[in-house]
Amino acid sequence: MSIHEMTAFEIRKGIVKKQFSARDVVTAFFDRIYEKEPLVDGFLTLCREEALAKARQIGEKIKAGEPAGKLAGVPVAVKDNICTDGIRTTCASRMLHDFIPPYDATVVKRLKEADAVIIGKTNMDEFAMGSSTENSAFKKTKNPWNRERVPGGSSGGSAAVVSAGMAALALGSDTGGSIRQPAAFCGVVGLKPTYGLVSRFGLIAFGSSLDQIGPLAKNIKDSALALETIQGRDKYDSTSVRHSITKDYMSTIECGVKGMKIGVPVEFFDSGLDEEIALSIKACIRKFKEIGAFVEDISLPVIEEGLSAYYIISSAEASSNLGRFDGLRYGYRTKNYNSLDQLVERSRSGGFGEEVKRRIMLGTFALSSGYYDAYYGRAQKLRTAIKEQFIKAFESYDILLSPVSPVLPFKIGEKAADPLEMYLSDIYTVNINLAGLPALSMPCGISRTGLPIGLQIIGPHFGEEKLFKAAYALEQELKLTVMHPML
Amino acid sequence: MSFETIIGLEIHAELNTRSKLFCSCPAEFGAKPNENTCPICLGIPGTMPVLNEEAVILAVKTGLILNCEIAAESRMDRKNYFYPDLPKAYQTTQYDIPICRGGYVDIGAPEVSRRIRLNRIHLEEDAGKLIHLEDSGVSLIDYNRSGVPLIEIVTEPDLRSAGEAVAFLKALKSMLEYGGISDCHMEQGSLRCDANISLRRKGQNTLNTKVELKNLNSFKELQKALEYEEERQRELYTHREESKIMQETRRWDGEKGETVPMRSKEDANDYRYFPEPDLGPVIISDTLLREIKETLPEMPMARKKRFRELYGLRDKEIDIIVGDKALSEYFEALTACGTDPRSAANWILGSMMKLLKEKGLKTGQIPVPPEELHKLIKIIAEGRISITAGQEVFSEMFNTGRSAGDIVNKKGLSQISNRTELERIITDVLNDNPQSLLDYAAGKTQAAVFLMGRIMKASKGKANPQLAREMLEEKLRKGLL
Repeated sequence: MSIHEMTAFEIRKGIVKKQFSARDVVTAFFDRIYEKEPLVDGFLTLCREEALAKARQIGEKIKAGEPAGKLAGVPVAVKDNICTDGIRTTCASRMLHDFIPPYDATVVKRLKEADAVIIGKTNMDEFAMGSSTENSAFKKTKNPWNRERVPGGSSGGSAAVVSAGMAALALGSDTGGSIRQPAAFCGVVGLKPTYGLVSRFGLIAFGSSLDQIGPLAKNIKDSALALETIQGRDKYDSTSVRHSITKDYMSTIECGVKGMKIGVPVEFFDSGLDEEIALSIKACIRKFKEIGAFVEDISLPVIEEGLSAYYIISSAEASSNLGRFDGLRYGYRTKNYNSLDQLVERSRSGGFGEEVKRRIMLGTFALSSGYYDAYYGRAQKLRTAIKEQFIKAFESYDILLSPVSPVLPFKIGEKAADPLEMYLSDIYTVNINLAGLPALSMPCGISRTGLPIGLQIIGPHFGEEKLFKAAYALEQELKLTVMHPML
Repeated sequence: MSFETIIGLEIHAELNTRSKLFCSCPAEFGAKPNENTCPICLGIPGTMPVLNEEAVILAVKTGLILNCEIAAESRMDRKNYFYPDLPKAYQTTQYDIPICRGGYVDIGAPEVSRRIRLNRIHLEEDAGKLIHLEDSGVSLIDYNRSGVPLIEIVTEPDLRSAGEAVAFLKALKSMLEYGGISDCHMEQGSLRCDANISLRRKGQNTLNTKVELKNLNSFKELQKALEYEEERQRELYTHREESKIMQETRRWDGEKGETVPMRSKEDANDYRYFPEPDLGPVIISDTLLREIKETLPEMPMARKKRFRELYGLRDKEIDIIVGDKALSEYFEALTACGTDPRSAANWILGSMMKLLKEKGLKTGQIPVPPEELHKLIKIIAEGRISITAGQEVFSEMFNTGRSAGDIVNKKGLSQISNRTELERIITDVLNDNPQSLLDYAAGKTQAAVFLMGRIMKASKGKANPQLAREMLEEKLRKGLL
């Protein structure tokens, strides 16, 4: 097996056992990148020099017999809305085309401390707003399974580079499905952790009460390994977990699902769902029953209104979060102005793309005096109701199953002209963010047209252990351990 | 027609914390531009706030001092607007659930005390500062103040005159100083005041359109601005032109001595307040509240009472000394050394105040430690130098920081209390002024005063006046025999 096909586990093991060096790994991945990146366009910035320097450092550690970190030598790609000290971080926006953060996000710091090797920053929808990565100001990423199709979004670059073997692991961010949907589209494992489990410090905010960083990986164990590395309390993020979680998922991941109670919300299988996806999910349900889980249908009626609540809350927070991009201190600044107001207005008009402007206007409107109660206030009430309904469901069930996306990866340009159509692709994922729950997207089949299909497993707050247990058991049954697209 | 003036104040005070509200940068005043900044208070993308506990405690302390109800759970909100001094494009503040509600401040002497009710106190962050370079048209931004913790204290419209507003602000300032809440340096902007003012006909119960006044940077400006605005509005009412009073913000122009329109209600921002998603609720547990209560220092009212009873000072003296935390502490330090309260008050209210004013120093910057002043007072009491000389020595101590004993010795200011030496001086003076002796003998007692003056002059002011007078009188009596 070539190094670039290996999982994070296998790479670390190989390095620790001195079968190959961290330098060999970095070289192998960059060879792969030079070959395949022109076909995929998943990266916005590559950091070969920094990666080689880190590989040297790991080599010295191994040579000196010092303990190697949890992700020693594992090449990781980082979504370009997560700050990396000294490395350009653009949010795929013209606004931040030249922005170089003066600090590392907490997750990046933790990756580095675990001896992971950051190899580059990945493409995304501008400021994480979108479901196809077509909203990037710089390039369109292609789905490695079919280059005429989108990789999903907004973490499309991260999903595509893992799928194409150009990174062993990647970090994404998920505000309404931005890790899970691209993971499903590209046939990789994507996890949105419980809100607060992973620090957001250094994640350029979109919807602060919804945003969560999570890993995209080749299989379930890699996903768990990555989460173990980045999770836990951070004193720089007041919304991160109070208790210091040092949970290890590996000790229980192989325990199986015997006796596990699984709920299947019927609202997630309505008429809008692609038939092939529905069939594939049903096959998974049968598998779960075969291996000893108890599965039944449940109803969560309130989630049908989740999409509108989501778009109001996320846009409202975004309109505030993106106010700081005024051209004064960093980022894009118009050359053509006669007054302060003009400078700010023209810098924002020129720096932001269409979708970002649309959401800023939507959010500004929703928060305006006179409209607040009707929009933001009502959305918050709905959000509370949705959260309560999920909490109630988890009194009876360990996990819930659903599709990730109502549709298979669509063609580039197919939905770009219709924002509402695009928003509908988040219909199965947004409720999870509103409720702050953890959910995992894993490959569960391939369509007749050769496109990956994803299954969503939803857990109770801080129930990641259950997600991994169920996902790992299913992964073993499906024998789709690592799916490689033909590139 | 007679009118009633309705005034409400909004006071911003910078809290005495070591670090800023959301990061660990120093909150101090006077650093080089942008020296006290970090990615968090510069609003660099991706950064997040962490609430400073010390600031929360000081806000609660303020609430307790001002008799407010403390919210067990309050919330931080975002106030969104664009301005270059606001790096996140929103100010993190408190909107509908502030940390303190209600409360009051009593102003005036105990007999004619007036209770001014407070509406609320909330916690928020300060913004940076714009510096406009006159000639080049360039504006610079200093973010040192960005993120410095503030409390905003909002009164009810209970004040009825400019004088009352000033009295309230003085009382509040003194309480904030006593509580260790804020430096309250108005000239540095650590205590800032905006005023809302409207007029109504006597007997009317509803409130009329109010005008907000800004740029009131001292008690004097507050007084003048309110008086000007009161008169402006009164004129309009008198001429039945009250429709010209608009809900607007007016800036006090101290040089011109008038208020000028800044912005009208129509120009007002829609701040789009919403709960700050990056911070959890601000929770004050019963235990914390109890702990804070235990650390509350003595407040001015209590101290005034104590000073009256313990030291027997007069009300006017108490108002000045206790009205200023630093002065009252100096007074107590001085009496603790052994100086009697009367001379302590005299020295502080006399020479001390005069010198502070001359040097432009604040009461917290008295360069003479109380122990040193006590030594000086003792030297005078022992008759080693005269009071006049003592004042000269004090001025010298104030300017040079040298000790009293040192100055007295070096300047040769010690009084002549030696009988032999005085005897010689007096004899010389009497021999030189025989006519005065004759005058005295003729019953002109004025002659003694003249002779005393001669003695002081001959001794270059060093003769112990009391002793010299006794000896002179004795000699004159003998001379008559």
